[in-house]
Amino acid sequence: MLTDFQAIMPILIVTLSAIVTMVAEAFQPKQERAPLAGFGVIGLIGAAAASVLLWGYDKTGFGVVRADNFSLFVNLIVIAVGLLTILFSPQVIERERIPPGEYYALTLFAVVGMMLMAAATDLLLLFLALEVLSLAVYVLTGIRRAQFQSAEAAFKYFLLGAFSSAFFLYGVALTYAIVGSTRLEEIAATLAVSDQAPDGLVLVAMGLLAVGFAFKISAVPFHMWAPDAYQGAPTLVTGFMATGVKAAAFAAFLRVFLSSFHTLHDSWAPMLWLVAVATMILGTVVGVVQANAKRMLAYSSVAHAGYLLVGLIVGTRVGEAATLFYLAAYAVSTLGAFAVVAVLATEEHPHDRVQDFAGLWESRPGLAALMTVFLLSLGGFPPLAGFVGKWYIFSAAIDAGYVWLAIVGVLTSVISVFFYLRIVVMMYMSDERALVPTPAITRSAVAGLTLALVAVFYLGLLPTHAIELALTSVQGMF
Amino acid sequence: MDIWLFYLFALVIVGASLGVIGQRSPMHSVLFLILSFGALAALYVQLDSPFAAVAQIIIYAGAIMVLFLFVVMLLNASHEDDDPGARAPVPVGVKVSGCLLALLLLVELTWALTRVGRPAVEKDAASADSVSSVHEIGRVLFTDYAFAFEVTSVLILVAMIGAVVLAKRKV
Repeated sequence: MLTDFQAIMPILIVTLSAIVTMVAEAFQPKQERAPLAGFGVIGLIGAAAASVLLWGYDKTGFGVVRADNFSLFVNLIVIAVGLLTILFSPQVIERERIPPGEYYALTLFAVVGMMLMAAATDLLLLFLALEVLSLAVYVLTGIRRAQFQSAEAAFKYFLLGAFSSAFFLYGVALTYAIVGSTRLEEIAATLAVSDQAPDGLVLVAMGLLAVGFAFKISAVPFHMWAPDAYQGAPTLVTGFMATGVKAAAFAAFLRVFLSSFHTLHDSWAPMLWLVAVATMILGTVVGVVQANAKRMLAYSSVAHAGYLLVGLIVGTRVGEAATLFYLAAYAVSTLGAFAVVAVLATEEHPHDRVQDFAGLWESRPGLAALMTVFLLSLGGFPPLAGFVGKWYIFSAAIDAGYVWLAIVGVLTSVISVFFYLRIVVMMYMSDERALVPTPAITRSAVAGLTLALVAVFYLGLLPTHAIELALTSVQGMF
Repeated sequence: MDIWLFYLFALVIVGASLGVIGQRSPMHSVLFLILSFGALAALYVQLDSPFAAVAQIIIYAGAIMVLFLFVVMLLNASHEDDDPGARAPVPVGVKVSGCLLALLLLVELTWALTRVGRPAVEKDAASADSVSSVHEIGRVLFTDYAFAFEVTSVLILVAMIGAVVLAKRKV
């Protein structure tokens, strides 16, 4: 019993803090503002502490939640994402007149879903976690109800998301029909016993599950929702979606495909190979022509899903560790970039076109420098986090013999530098001046940006420690 | 006898489903959908799972369809033709490629279903009994799937917050 609760402790803490936030908002006296963000910060830090304390114990709770190092590592990533999002939020909530209690509660519930996704060892629980996460994010996308764009984005995201959930659920049902269980370890055991060629039904079930995951990580051809949803959502929510949701979905993708379906690697690797190549190329090429910074970052996140898929396809220990490290590096860089866009916006002007960044170097040198660092990290410049992540993932691919994947990855990275640099050039070298007023930024946003900056440099300059953590977290998991 | 009943209900389901998408008035579509759900419940009874059948009728044919009817009535969308967007002519190319896609899907599905071996389902009566009885469903729900059950409550809470946030008149 005690072990059960220890294993779910991080998840439990965040759930409680979400409920406290919600209740506190409902009972706060009028004209007085409860420090709602504080509850979230406390909960997330508590969950991070619990994750650190559980490190190395590999406890299982209720038979379906596994607190192994893998899920704890992912916990730390999504907690960081949630924490940064909350730190950036107060200014945006004020400006967009978003209901704060619901906003923070939904963000925290989404984090709960993400942590559960990484830890679930049962397909049914995995589906529930996916839905907790998705519902919270759908609502966050449409939380600015007055704005037409936001409502449209939420609606599109919701419809396509429900569609993909149906695919996923059908995959779960077929897996259950074949194996007679939804537990990942039993699926692995049953599939490992049958040594003949895989049954057609198994392949169908696996394909359906892959479609469900591919939608959540916005891999081509299931990326159609991403640009619209990313553009229409409040910028911070976009950052949260692009990093947290992707990290959680990738964690579950890795766990399911490398533990349950590992014996069928030869069947699913070619399929995902095609998806990865298409994702990398399309994300990059279409990203080049975007004039909206949020849309551009959306396509960049599609391309990054392709790089992450490379780590999954490789399927070796190093590949898995590389994927985890890349998730962390990508999360801090992307979230930082979105946060800069978010804090620059004013009520009248969203500040999300590329021209809006013209001459930012003169009006806001600090933010321009931060944006440059985050974009260069996404483009893979040394000595930033993105460079180490890419280098690690591509070298894992070459070691495992996937040379072409690595070549496509490197080529598309080079092309992607073009659109990241476009904003940088705009900020520093453009003769035009975007005559848009820029608001003052709050202290918590400064703190969040500083944290993200430190993380980008830390993961880029001293990656050894994080890489070792990632390596230990994938040991003995599958 | 059993097999004929199956075909009868299957036919009703397919016919009613076609009716759902074929009707011009949304109200008629909804009524056809209820018929389709009811026939599906009958199939569940044939499969020896009375619990699924009752749940199907109460939740789908009952609660969800009533909700549908309310929405249709409240929106007062009496006829699809009232919507000018619905009357725009569909280009021939779209029609042809749509039909081709549907045909492709049909061929693909038939191919897959005939090629794929049947899953090995345990046929013994004891396991069939244990799966379908309400008693057994309750036992499994609160032992093996207790944690999933609790997570469902979080899911419903999130859905409730979401509905309030999106539908509340004044924020």
